[in-house]
Amino acid sequence: MSDTHAQTVTFVRDTMLPPIAPPSGDSGALKWLRENLFSTWLNTILTLVGLWVIYYLVASALPWWLNSVWNANSLSECRAIVAENAGPGATGACWAVVHQRWYQWIFGFYPPALWWRPVLTLGLLFAALAPVLFAGQKTKLRNILLGVLVYVLVTLWLAQAPAVPFLLAVALVVGLLALSQVLPGKLLWFTALFPALCFWLLWGGPIWTPISAILGFVIGALVFRALSGATGPAVAVGLGVVAAVLWWLFVAGPVMGAVGRMLPWGLTAVASDQFGGLLLSVIIGVTAITFSLPIGILLALGRQSDMLIVKTLCVGFIEFIRGVPLITLLFTASLLLQYFLPPGTNFDIILRVIILVTLFAAAYLAEVIRGGLAALPRGQYEAADALGLDYWRAQRLIILPQALKISIPSIVSTFIGLFKDTTLVAFVGLMDPLKGITQIVRADINWKGIYWEPYIFVGAIFFIICFSMSRYSMYLERKLKTDHR
Amino acid sequence: MALAADVPKDTFRLSMLIYDTRYRAITIQVFVLILFGLFIAWLLNNTAQNLAARGKEFNFGFLWQRAGYDIGQQLIPYTNDSTHFRALLVGLINTLVVAILGCILATVIGVFVGILRLSNNWLVSRIMTVYVEMFRNVPLLLWILLSYVILSETTPQPRDFRVTDEMAAAGEAPAASMILFDTVAVTNRGTNVPSPLFVRGLGTVDLGPVSLNLTFLAYVLVIGGSIWTWRRIKADATAKQESTGLRPTTWWKSLAVLVLPVSLLSVALGLHWEIPVLKGFNFAGGILVAHSFTALLIALSLYTAAFIAEIVRAGILAISRGQTEASYALGLRPGRTMNLVILPQALRVIIPPLISQYLNLTKNTSLGIAVSYLDLRGTLGGITLNQTGRELECMLLMMLIYLTISLLISSVMNFYNKSVQLKAR
Repeated sequence: MSDTHAQTVTFVRDTMLPPIAPPSGDSGALKWLRENLFSTWLNTILTLVGLWVIYYLVASALPWWLNSVWNANSLSECRAIVAENAGPGATGACWAVVHQRWYQWIFGFYPPALWWRPVLTLGLLFAALAPVLFAGQKTKLRNILLGVLVYVLVTLWLAQAPAVPFLLAVALVVGLLALSQVLPGKLLWFTALFPALCFWLLWGGPIWTPISAILGFVIGALVFRALSGATGPAVAVGLGVVAAVLWWLFVAGPVMGAVGRMLPWGLTAVASDQFGGLLLSVIIGVTAITFSLPIGILLALGRQSDMLIVKTLCVGFIEFIRGVPLITLLFTASLLLQYFLPPGTNFDIILRVIILVTLFAAAYLAEVIRGGLAALPRGQYEAADALGLDYWRAQRLIILPQALKISIPSIVSTFIGLFKDTTLVAFVGLMDPLKGITQIVRADINWKGIYWEPYIFVGAIFFIICFSMSRYSMYLERKLKTDHR
Repeated sequence: MALAADVPKDTFRLSMLIYDTRYRAITIQVFVLILFGLFIAWLLNNTAQNLAARGKEFNFGFLWQRAGYDIGQQLIPYTNDSTHFRALLVGLINTLVVAILGCILATVIGVFVGILRLSNNWLVSRIMTVYVEMFRNVPLLLWILLSYVILSETTPQPRDFRVTDEMAAAGEAPAASMILFDTVAVTNRGTNVPSPLFVRGLGTVDLGPVSLNLTFLAYVLVIGGSIWTWRRIKADATAKQESTGLRPTTWWKSLAVLVLPVSLLSVALGLHWEIPVLKGFNFAGGILVAHSFTALLIALSLYTAAFIAEIVRAGILAISRGQTEASYALGLRPGRTMNLVILPQALRVIIPPLISQYLNLTKNTSLGIAVSYLDLRGTLGGITLNQTGRELECMLLMMLIYLTISLLISSVMNFYNKSVQLKAR
């Protein structure tokens, strides 16, 4: 080719020039700095202010962290150690308070000899959640249950559980593990039994109490199954409920009392006033989350319903609960329920608080789910009708799966809010980790005047739990995203 | 057609109430109504029995008895000789003050943080993310308790502000000093701020249960008038711009309208500030703002601001990128793009969740009980309840008041929301 030009052009380049490296200011770290931190004068000022803030925080907090004391018996001893190590006038964190009192923040006043019970309950909670979160996925179920097994072995050994419950617990988890590989679908039965097991493990008492509660459901189911052919499902459901209620109210007490006298099996009872700390928060949080979701869904459906009376009642309930602060509802639980219930009824304060917190969360969830329902295109409802599905089938198979998926982020943030709100139970005399226990620790003469360390400790626990919940919801949202946008 | 004729005519059977969709809805509703009625009757019956068993009756007469307790922060005159109803009013006003100030502060901080979180400045957006995540994932109660404890346990005692003769001679500075040009003193007993005094105050007018502070009223009227005139000026300018294409200069008019009347009123009334001064063991003069109020306000506004920041960020992100590009193509600078194109559209997305944040903040003021701030919950639902032993009346009244406040806020904000929403035609 170059031959044609050889006579007319003195020089023809026949190789590509190697590219010149970009100017030093337009590549690498310098470019990044210029684009992200110093692009305009306003950005430069912002960066400088940001740097100053970070410097100020680090300069004031770093020595305090570095001079931390982990072993001491009182705040003055801590200060003496800091002064000795870092010279007079130096500040230092006194984590010794956490080191010495951590168990109160975790268990409240739960008897130390029985710590294995809440610890075991937590492990079994994950075993019960697994079949719900990962239905039918054998490998995931196996991994989770193996994790639970290791957890149970380690923590029960650390908590010095007695031999018999230790072996029983391990046998239970191993049994679940085997079941998950043979019949993973049947694992849900454990989830169904778990609430009764959980409350029995935590509060103790004769084993016949949870069994009689479960028997109520069994009787209801049996009545339903026996009658549904003869009377139709709607009437059978009603009769089943009536039978179960009759059992709980009139039969269960005498029968189970008699059995209990013959076979006094059970665990040491723990009174409600010994519960406290994170244990209490988790109990209230998990129970309220579990029960508020179905109630919230029903309320949302009721609010969207065509039936005027049902709709009015749901709207009234939701707006009332959302219009008053949670504290007033908690005070209702502690002060007013005794007026509204038949004279002489007096049931556990934790249970009362759980009921009110559940109703509170349910009202908020109802609004969130209603948003999801409203966001569904009208065509989905019409398609369900066109397929000839009845109301409940349409909701279960078409409407709710989509509506709940849309509202996952808001549902999880409601749960996070609920978990944070469990600290408010301090106002009705329960020992939550934040106000109740911290106040007790700070009232101790040895730790008087300490404030950063306990609050940082409790705050960090809440932060970890809530932050991981929000991350999990983001993961779930991504995983369930099926649209192509 | 023979098939149609086979449809049984009006042979109503009882089972149709359940299995016929035409009647089922009515059956269910009647059933629900009966159950609900029975439930209410059961509650009322229990309540009546319980009240009778305790020898109590349901009446609100106790509200006009002497309260007999003091309230630290009172914006209307109140002594411990006043009635429980008066205490209720003081508490209600305290609740509203924290709620209103908190909403304003939270909105300002929240919008600021939300916009900064979207800034392309890497460092600043990271710092704001840390702030938002930190405040959102830790209970509000912790922030209230922590700010209260820090305010009341790390701040100096009043005597630390004193300069003795020896110290003056030796040229030593006192252990603590006042801030903001020696006008505000933060001590462990509270924050001492200057208070406005009027040489020629207008006094108060007694109107039975409430007394009206005329000076305050005059300020409200003048400021309201100024703002109204200012908006008229802006509206006129916009009208002129739309007819001629040129916007008249208005900034000096706006400034004059906003500043002059208030200054004139202040001069006319002889406004001066009483600055707190250390006398003996404590500061005298000025207003003592209790730490419970400050801590509650700080914690509430920082906590809610984190949520508002997320709402603002989501609202701005919801506006499609094309809007920004179109605006740049028209030659608008980034600042004006934000003000004229993005924010007005984002506002429609932002306002509904913002309303619920305001409601949350208002309800969360009831946490003031953790730092003994005497709001509605502290007076009516706290001391009054304990002194009179009338749990039922106090709690019901308190719930009713909170419910009213919530409904009021949500209806006002919904009205505002309607006015900014896109008008669908």
